[in-house]
Parts: sequence; C-alpha cells; structure tokens
Amino acid sequence: MLNRTLTPEFKAIDHINLLTPGYTKFNNDCKLYWFNSGEQELVRIEWIFNNLRFDIEKPLLNVAVNTMLNDGTNSLSASQIADAVDYYGAFLQVDYGFDHSQVTLYCLNKHLQNTLPVIKDILVNSVFPEKELHTFIRNQQQKLQVSLQKNDFIARRAFNRSVFGNTMYGLSAEANDYDTIKRDDLLLHYQQMYQPNNCTILVAGKADDDIIKLITQSFGKDWNNNGKADISQPEAVANAEEFHLIEKPDALQSAIRIGIPTINRMHPDFPALQVVNTILGGYFGSRLMANIREEKGYTYGIGSAMASMKYAGALFIATEVGADVTRATMQEIEKELHILKTELISHEELGLVKNYMLGALLGSLENVFSHADKFKNVYFSDLDYEYYDRYTQVVRTITDKEILDIANKYLDFNKFHKVIVGKY
Amino acid sequence: MVKFNRFTLDNGLRVIVHEDKTTPMAVLNILYDVGARDENPEQTGFAHLFEHLMFGGSVNIPNYDEPLQRVGGENNAFTSNDITNYYITLPAVNIETAFWLESDRMLSLAFSEKSLEVQRNVVMEEFKQRYLNQPYGDVWLHLRPLVYKNHPYRWATIGKELSHIENARIEDVKAFFKKHYNPQNAIMVVGGDIDTERVKQLANKWFGSISAGEKYNRDLPQEPLQQQARRQIITAKVPLNSIYIAFQMPGRSDDSYYITDLISDLLSRGNSSRLYKNLLKENHIFSEIHAYMTGSFDTGVFVLDGKPLPGVTMEDAEAAIWEQLTILKNEMVPVDELTKVKNKTESTMVFSETSLLDKAMNLAYFELLGDADLINQEAGHYLNVTAQQIKQQAQALFTKENSSTLIYLAEPC
Repeated sequence: MLNRTLTPEFKAIDHINLLTPGYTKFNNDCKLYWFNSGEQELVRIEWIFNNLRFDIEKPLLNVAVNTMLNDGTNSLSASQIADAVDYYGAFLQVDYGFDHSQVTLYCLNKHLQNTLPVIKDILVNSVFPEKELHTFIRNQQQKLQVSLQKNDFIARRAFNRSVFGNTMYGLSAEANDYDTIKRDDLLLHYQQMYQPNNCTILVAGKADDDIIKLITQSFGKDWNNNGKADISQPEAVANAEEFHLIEKPDALQSAIRIGIPTINRMHPDFPALQVVNTILGGYFGSRLMANIREEKGYTYGIGSAMASMKYAGALFIATEVGADVTRATMQEIEKELHILKTELISHEELGLVKNYMLGALLGSLENVFSHADKFKNVYFSDLDYEYYDRYTQVVRTITDKEILDIANKYLDFNKFHKVIVGKY
Repeated sequence: MVKFNRFTLDNGLRVIVHEDKTTPMAVLNILYDVGARDENPEQTGFAHLFEHLMFGGSVNIPNYDEPLQRVGGENNAFTSNDITNYYITLPAVNIETAFWLESDRMLSLAFSEKSLEVQRNVVMEEFKQRYLNQPYGDVWLHLRPLVYKNHPYRWATIGKELSHIENARIEDVKAFFKKHYNPQNAIMVVGGDIDTERVKQLANKWFGSISAGEKYNRDLPQEPLQQQARRQIITAKVPLNSIYIAFQMPGRSDDSYYITDLISDLLSRGNSSRLYKNLLKENHIFSEIHAYMTGSFDTGVFVLDGKPLPGVTMEDAEAAIWEQLTILKNEMVPVDELTKVKNKTESTMVFSETSLLDKAMNLAYFELLGDADLINQEAGHYLNVTAQQIKQQAQALFTKENSSTLIYLAEPC
C-alpha cells in the first residue's frame, strides 16, 4: 500500500556545469564571446555597449539614441530596416539599461548573412532623422502619461530617485524632458558610445565556425574607433529625505516600495546577502509571502530583491496592497525584518532555502541563452566563473548564526527609503 | 520537430513524455480541461479561484510548496477561459517529488476553510491590482459582454464582479473539484532528462490508484453569428482616449485559424507591419496601435486597439483603422509580405523549441485540441495559407455587422 504522507527520496544539488565561451578580440578592439550549443539552427547575438557618463542636463540622451537606432541610416529608412529584418523572420530589439545598452538579434542561421549587414549599418551609419525624432518624442510623452497613472510605476521612480539621486539609476524623466532632446546631441552621443572599443558581442546558439566567421567578417573590419568613450559615472548620492508619501485619494490599492542602498555583486558578502534576501522575500515560500499574502491575504504578491549595478546596489521590498491595509503591511514588514535580525533561523527553513536556491540556479540554465546570461552577470561585474563556485559554496555552507550577522550588518529598517503611492 | 511518447492509464489519465537530455531539469505539466467558460454565470471567477486553492494543501500533504522548494523545484499555474494549467520544474533527479505532489492533489484536496478565506482575499487583491487599479485595466470587463451575448466567454477569468469571489463557499469548492479534477479530465506531460519507462512506472505508482471519476460533458451555449454592429462608449479617469474594435472569429480548431493569425501578423507584428507603418510612422494618427486575437477554443475575438494622438478625433481614428481593413478585403497581399509573415512564424516556432517548459505546455494543449502531434503540423498549416485565402477571410471577418466598437474616453480633469 502506497504511503502518500511520506516524501519521496531526493538529492540536493551539489554543483552546476556552466558552458565556457569561446573568445576573440578583433583588430578594432571589439570583443567577441560565443557559446556553441543547442540543437536548433539559430542564434541570439547581442551587441552590448557601456553607457556614456550620465549628464543631468540631458537625461534622456542614452534612452533616445538606443531606442532610435533602428530609425534610419544614411542608406536605409526606418521602414526599410524593419522590412529587411522582418522579411527574414528575424527579431531585432534595442534595449537600454542602467549600465549598458544593446542591440539584440534573434535569427535562424540560414538567414544570418542577410540580416547582419542591417545591424552593421545601424551601428555604423545611423542618422536619427528629425522626422523620426518628433515621432519618438510625441509617442514617448503619450506613453509616459499612461505610465504615470500606475502606482507601481510611480513608486519605482520615486524609490530610485531617493536611493540613487542624480544618476542614470535615479532617473525619473518628466514629459518636458523629452522636448530637450536635440538631433545634434544624439549624433554626438551615438558616435562616442557605439564604437567597437566600447562593444562586446555575445553569441549564443548553434554558433559554429561558419557563423563566427560571418560575424567576424562583418564587425572585425570597416568599423573604426574615433577616440575613447567616457564611461565613468557620477557617484550615487542618496536623498536625505527617506519617507515619501504620494497620495492618491481614489486608490483601491497602495504601491509600497521600500529598501536600502547596499553592496553589489563585486562584494564578498553578496552571496550571503542573497540568501538573506531569499529567506525574507525572494521566493514563493518566503516570510513576506507567507505572512502578508498567505496568512493575511493583504496582497496578490509581495517580494524582495537585490539590484546589482556597476556602481551601486540596492535591496528592496515591493508590493501592492489593499489601500486599507497599507499601514498594517508596513508594520508586518518591519516585524519580519526584526525577526530576521533577532531570531536564529530553524534548520528546517534554512535547509529548504538552500536546496531551493541551488535548484533554482540549476533551473535557470534552461538553454544556451541562459548560459550566456549567467556569463553576463559576472563579466560585467569584472568577475569570473569562480563567482558561481563561491556562490554555491556559500549557499551550501552558510549557518544560522551567519544569517543573523548578515541581516544585522545590512538591514537597518530605520535607514530604509520608504515610498508609498496611494493611501496611508 | 518535438518527439514524444504517449500512453493512457486505466483511469483515463493521458500521459505524454518528451525526453530531452540536453538539460539536467525536468518538467511536470498537468492540464485540466476546465476554464472560466465552465462556470455558473452566478459564480464567475471560480475556476481561477480554484486554481489558487489547489496550493492550499491536499489530503495527505498539508503544504504543497514547501516540499517542492526543498528539492529545488519551482511551480506555477494559470487559468484561461478554456483551461487550467499547472506546472513544476525541478532537477530531474528529484522528479518523483513532482509525481507525489500532483497525484495527491488530484486524489483530493484538504478543503481548508482558512485557505479559502485567505485566497478569496488574495484573488480580490489580484482583481484590484490587474483590472481596477490600472489605467484601461477594465477594458476586457467591458469588451467581453459586448462581443458575447450568449457564450460564457462573456465574463473574464477573474470573474464578472468582486462579489462572486467574495461569496464562494467550501461546498462549491468541493463540488467543482468533483466535477472537473479527475484523471479523465486531465493531461499530464513529463519532459526533460527522464526516460519513458521510468515515467510509466511512476505514473502507475502515484496516479494509477486514483479513481476515474465522472466524465464531465461540456454543453455550453454557443455564440450566434453577430448580425448587427455594436458600440459602447465609456468614460474613465485615464490620460488618453482609446479605441477598440473587436470582431468575432471562428474557434481554435477551425481551418481558418491560421489565416486569421497571419492577418493579425500582417497588421501588427513588428515595425514593418501595416498598422505601425501606416498609422503611426507615415501618418501620425496613433501613438500606439495593435491587432491581436484570443485564440479561444470556441468563437474567438479579433481586436484592433489604438490610442489616437492629441488633435485626432475618434471618428478619424476609427476611419483610419477601417481603411486598413478595407485594403485587406480588396487587394491581394503582395508575395513578399506574405513570405515575411510566414518566415516570422517559422522562426518563432524554432525558437520556442529551445524552451523545455514551452514544449511541455504546448504538447498538453495540442493533445487537448485532439492530438499532441499537432505541435509538429503547425508550421505546415501556416505555410499553406494563400493570398487569396487572406483576402476572403478578411472579407468574412471585417464587416460592420460583425464589429463591436468600444470607445474609451478620458475624463476631462
């Protein structure tokens, strides 16, 4: 007779295997890394550039240049670029982030020879037509109006502003900031940032010799540097004011976002703080979820997370809760932080979190793209794969006492920046 | 090409195995053949609320999530108007834990009052977060009853109103479980680093003894063909006006599904699409414009939605959309443009094969549609679509009589 009350036997994960990329550097100093794996005849190629130094007078330059990269070159219009990429079933994406901005191409290998020249053109010959700039400004201003009606969006902006101040990380653009974007500034920014010595190309998929040769031929020549990009950044200085209440009298729910500037991935304590973060709010069974969603039913979801950027880091808690329980939620969060700092975690809970984190790491390696993503995490933090050995080591061996120490070292609720959008 | 093996247990549970040795992980996906369309009109939102309760403990296992996290697994679920789908990903060496957990909740739930009370609150907060406390969040709460007069698709999966969720009782929960949650109404897909023989053994061990239950015979009121244009105007505190034009379309198993899907791609997929090029870039009429469809099992909805720029009247915006539809009805799609949307579909399919979870979910979905192997026939269906068929289908769909227009006006501040 089957005993359904007994857990089947299981094994803990003791190691993960990460793919090591191939590497070469072109004569123009552009770096190329590739991960060759997978059964499907396809690749994802990313051209990643360091952002230029943030200029508070021209806060949207980076966003505008990146977003308008596919809006025209000296030989192709925006519409011709779109046709050329779409015809071959490829996907072209532009994305801007806190530290880097990039162009991504998803393409079947058989069409790559037809799509690469378009990317090359975008990176070398973009012209940012005045007409497209007007369209960009008008549509972005409209979208911003809609986003500003969302409490979680407002809370995220206010929080970043409070924690990171006048940096790219703290940017919260207003509609009239878009009007300051000038075409000449875009061109200058583009020339300085999108050059080969500021670029890392990452290829993931069936990246065999032919594919690498094709990419090398395209981007290893006829693409030249014009100086060195200034990729230093102003220091993030947190706002002195730590409590921000933005009242919305009609709100059914309040958005809460609270947290603290903290260490980033480069710091030796980072993996241990990740364990603490996981216990607090980093997975479905976390203490915040268990208490505020599963016990009290105040919210659809609550979580905590760590943001690790090149020049800053933060740990934060975010949720949207019934407007009438906003204050109660804040009290419960404070209570959970207090418990984390004063009571030793049980062996049972700690064991669960450890297994969960190692399983999640293994599970995050779904395909060759995820291997490339893991590489990016360390590469752009000036770390190497040794980081993941250390990470798994810390997760496996951290003790209840160490959890308590780390929580006390990094989580001071009184120093948290607190943003509430809704009712309080 | 997605390879798989298939068998059925004596109690009627259909099992599909997809061996994929490129990953150290495994997926166990269970699809239950029940969605919001199977709800009582006075108890809407129940299928989705029930999905939440499936995590509130089963007859022999008081806590679902904890043992799964302990073996390094993660899980989630979603409910649509047609199906409810649960999935687990975990290290393949620990696959038996997934069988243990899923079989116990198919056997019976704990039916805890406390869990019901909490999840009622959680779902009401979800209702607020996604539908009420968002600009335009309630669009589908208005659009569905405009398009559907008869079919249960007239309410959203979250439910018609908060009170339906508030009033859910434990007896209703028990009855719903008995009616829909049994081996005959489920399809299980196991994928990843596993062998078919091992899956057979585990399936028999954990699911074999669950009784077949009663077969649920679906007999839903179908939506009659629409004969007259419908229109509704609503006003809300949003920053911009918005327009939605919806058309009834045939269900997922109809041959015309693929044609209609390509029409939505021609109109709205990527920066080379017609709506984006003509109404946003060349002519400055909209700041955003999209076309998409629901892909429902029964009569579906094809929607065009856009936000006109300031200074553009709603009449002009509406006329501009119709002009694009008229071109589709009157002119053959050029060869290159048709090739483009087919190429796009092809690469989307190849890319989706890089995700184990996507493959597992799709196998279950197609098995419910009639045959898991449909997953491998999709590409062929798209390739066979002709320009003539697109023109005919556009003529059939895009008529005033078949349209439901929702004008969503920004309240003056």
